[in-house]
This record gives sequence, structure tokens and C-alpha cells, in this order.
Amino acid sequence: MNFKGRDIVTIKDFKKEEIVKILDVAEEMLPIAHGKEKSNLLQGYIMASLFFEPSTRTRLSFEAAMKRLGGNVIGFAQPGTTSIQKGESLADTIRTAESYCDVIVIRHPKEGSARLAAEFAAVPIINGGDGAGRHPTQCLLDLFTIRREKGGIEGNKIALLGDLKYGRTVHSLAYALSLFKTEMVFIAPSELQMPKEVVEECRKNGAKLSIKNELDDVDGIDVLYVTRIQKERFPDPEEYEKVAGSYRIDMDILKNAKENMIIMHPLPRVNEISPAIDATKHAAYFRQTFNGVPVRMALLALILGVIE
Amino acid sequence: MKELKVQPIKDGTVIDHITPGNALKVLKILGIEGRGDSIISIAINVVGKRGRKDIVKIENRELDSNEVNKIALIAPNATINIIRNYEVVEKHRVVVPDEIIGIVRCPNPNCISNSKEPIKPKFIVIKRQPLRIKCYYCEREPEMDIASLII
Ligand SMILES: Nc1ncnc2c1ncn2[C@@H]1O[C@H](COP(=O)(O)OP(=O)(O)O)[C@@H](O)[C@H]1O
Ligand SMILES: [Zn+2]
Repeated sequence: MNFKGRDIVTIKDFKKEEIVKILDVAEEMLPIAHGKEKSNLLQGYIMASLFFEPSTRTRLSFEAAMKRLGGNVIGFAQPGTTSIQKGESLADTIRTAESYCDVIVIRHPKEGSARLAAEFAAVPIINGGDGAGRHPTQCLLDLFTIRREKGGIEGNKIALLGDLKYGRTVHSLAYALSLFKTEMVFIAPSELQMPKEVVEECRKNGAKLSIKNELDDVDGIDVLYVTRIQKERFPDPEEYEKVAGSYRIDMDILKNAKENMIIMHPLPRVNEISPAIDATKHAAYFRQTFNGVPVRMALLALILGVIE
Repeated sequence: MKELKVQPIKDGTVIDHITPGNALKVLKILGIEGRGDSIISIAINVVGKRGRKDIVKIENRELDSNEVNKIALIAPNATINIIRNYEVVEKHRVVVPDEIIGIVRCPNPNCISNSKEPIKPKFIVIKRQPLRIKCYYCEREPEMDIASLII
């Protein structure tokens, strides 16, 4: 297993053992991520954080991860303050940035932008989300959350709920979960169901799957993963309200829930989860957000080669 | 004597069994525009033993098979025949290459390969029969006819 110098563009860049390795290292990073232990593992290293598109969690947690390990961060949070405004290409921006740093994290609205960046940069590129495209570190932190909350990934019954068609992060998650022995339930209105290719791929990997249109009960589910249904997907606002409303998680839904079922959400949420849930033990989404830090610490340390 | 659907040539290349209607696109992919002095003839929709096909004849030029493989995208059954002194001296079928660079564009408007970047569009061949390709950048599989995406 060799991580040093590798680009992280999609979760499919990793074999299952490599994912497990990253999660193991993330586990070791926990005390540092919490600020209880200090580290200078990445002292002298510079991460460029190039955010061409708004982000709260991904950007802050990458920067926190780098700084918790004693490293430095340069970059921008919106392209408005850079030469991109003057029409500089992404390729040129990347070639410039790489001469100032050891690793680049990029978030860009165009699909495939991270792949392009990886072609032009000699330093490793980490994809922090490319348009409706891929978001491998989100996937890793989701897996890490399930593992920590449930004591393992294998054997869980995991429901993915909401917009399963357009959200490619949820496609990556389904794929990654299928590598572990999990059972999955895809719950979405038929116009937003999981694409056939993803379903086939998960089946091929040996996942036990079922597909449902209604969120009638959560009986037997260990992990309920909620995603946002976007207004833009519906030509008719009333139709949107109706559909979104029928997938809202409220106290009622939890009546039949397993005692230790957890609810996850990549955030930001709009109305998908009632705030009343926040105070219950089921709510794992804020801990999930925190988990972005140790997972990104692990990735940075591995691809910069300071941990093997 | 063997019946020839097209005028015999002494030396050159005959691309046979082109998917009917795609002969002009084949020339476009090969970058053959007829500006040089080689004589090019095209037969469209001729009836052969296995149904209709297009044929392209290029005189006095032997095309390199690697280069010609690019046309496999739109003419998967094509054969390349090298003619010397009126005889076919070499014949091979085109094979779809592993990667297709700079020939078709990605239909995804939000793909980085459609932005002003110093790159050529690139596709990875997932399957040859039937042909399936995916964009190297956005990893999406075009849903439409590949011939309509030729640059
Ligand atoms: N001297 C030539 N000039 C032009 N076309 C030729 C010549 N010889 C063969 N061809 C054409 O090249 C293709 C391949 O020829 P051949 O190998 O004889 O036939 P097939 O592939 O149908 O068995 C056919 O379309 C044939 O008409
Ligand atoms: Zn593309």
C-alpha cells in the first residue's frame, strides 16, 4: 500500500484495504483532531486550498486538519480575488499554485476539474468536490462515521434517502458501502431513484439491496443517511413541497426506529430533518461533520508520505 | 475477374465496410481533406454481400493502421486494405483503441473538457461490443450516438 504522492480524485481510486487503512489512521488522529494532543507531523508542509465555489465544512475541515498537524495553508475561498477573474485557465492556476505548495485541495464547479488539475500538477491533488461530480473525502468521512458510531461498517442495514439520482456523492457512498458487507435500502421518489448503473454495480459487489419509494417506517435500519432534495429538480414548486415533505424526518418517524439507529446528513440541511431530532441520540450529523477533520488529517499525512 | 464496386486503383488504401452514411465522417476523423494531390473516391450506400456499406479509396497513400483505428468509433466493421499494383496485399479490421483523444467531445455542458482549457477531450473505452465510452474527465457516458459528437 503506497499513498505517497497520489491524487485523490474519486473514491474508486482506492481499493477496500486502502480505505480501511485511511480509516485506521484517522482513528489515531482523533486526539489531535480534538485538540487534546498537539502535533507537528506536517510542520514545514504547505497545503494550497483552492476553492472556486463556496463551501463551509470541506474547506474549514481541510484547513483545520492541516493546521492541527502543524502545517501551513495558503489559498482562496472565492475566485473573485484572483487572476481567474481575468480569465486565467484552471490549468494555469494549478501550475501556479503547485509551485508554492506540497499538496493542493480543489473545489470547483465543473465536473472533471480535479482530474484536469491532477494532469497538470506534479504535487498531489485532493478533490474537494467537482460540481455535481465526485467528493471522495466526504465518502471517507461518512464511512468513518458509520464505523465509529456502529463499531464497524460490515453487517449494518443502511438506508439512503432523498435525491439518489443526481447526487453523485450518494452514488460514491453506495459504491463504497457495497465493498463492505452491508445491506442497503434506497428510498426515493421514482423520479429521483438510484441510477441503474449504480444499483447494478452495488449488486455485483455483493451488496444486499432493496428499493423503496416511501419512507413509511425505519424498522430494522441501523443507519439512516438523509440527503437534500433540491428544488431545481422539480418544474412545479408545489410538487417539490409535496415530495420533500413526505421524506422529512420528524419525531413521528422515529417511533419504530431501533434504539441505536443513527441519522446522518452531509449538511447543509434545509428542511430534511426536523431540529427536534438534534437533541436525540439518533442525531449523528454533527459528529459526522467533526469526523471530516481526522479523516482529512489521515489523508494529508498519508499522501505527503509522513505516515506509511 | 472480381467485380469491383469502385474503379480499381493501382496503389493506395481502400477502407471498406464503413457503416453506411459515415464515409465523410471517416475522412474527417482521418483529417483527409483532399488538399493534397492524392485522388480520393467515395462510394456511399453501395450494396455489398452483407448489406449496405460505404467505401473510401485513397490513391497513392498507404494509411497506417494505428491511425486508422480512430475510425472504429463510427465504423466498427471497417476493413483497411492496402493495394499495391492492383492487388490487396494487406488487410485488417479496425480495432477500437483503449483511449480516444481529440475526436469526440463530451456532451456534458458542465464538463471541464468543454471549458477553455489547454486539453483535448478524452474518452476511455469501457466496452467494445457494443461500444461504450466514458469521458476521462467527468466520467459520464454519452447517451447519444457517438457519431453526433465528432468534433
Ligand atoms: N485494385 C483495387 N482498387 C480499388 N479497390 C479495390 C482494389 N482491390 C480491391 N479493392 C476493394 O477493396 C476491398 C477489399 O477487397 P477484397 O479483399 O478483394 O474483398 P472482400 O474484403 O470483400 O473479401 C473491396 O471493397 C474491393 O472492392
Ligand atoms: Zn466529460
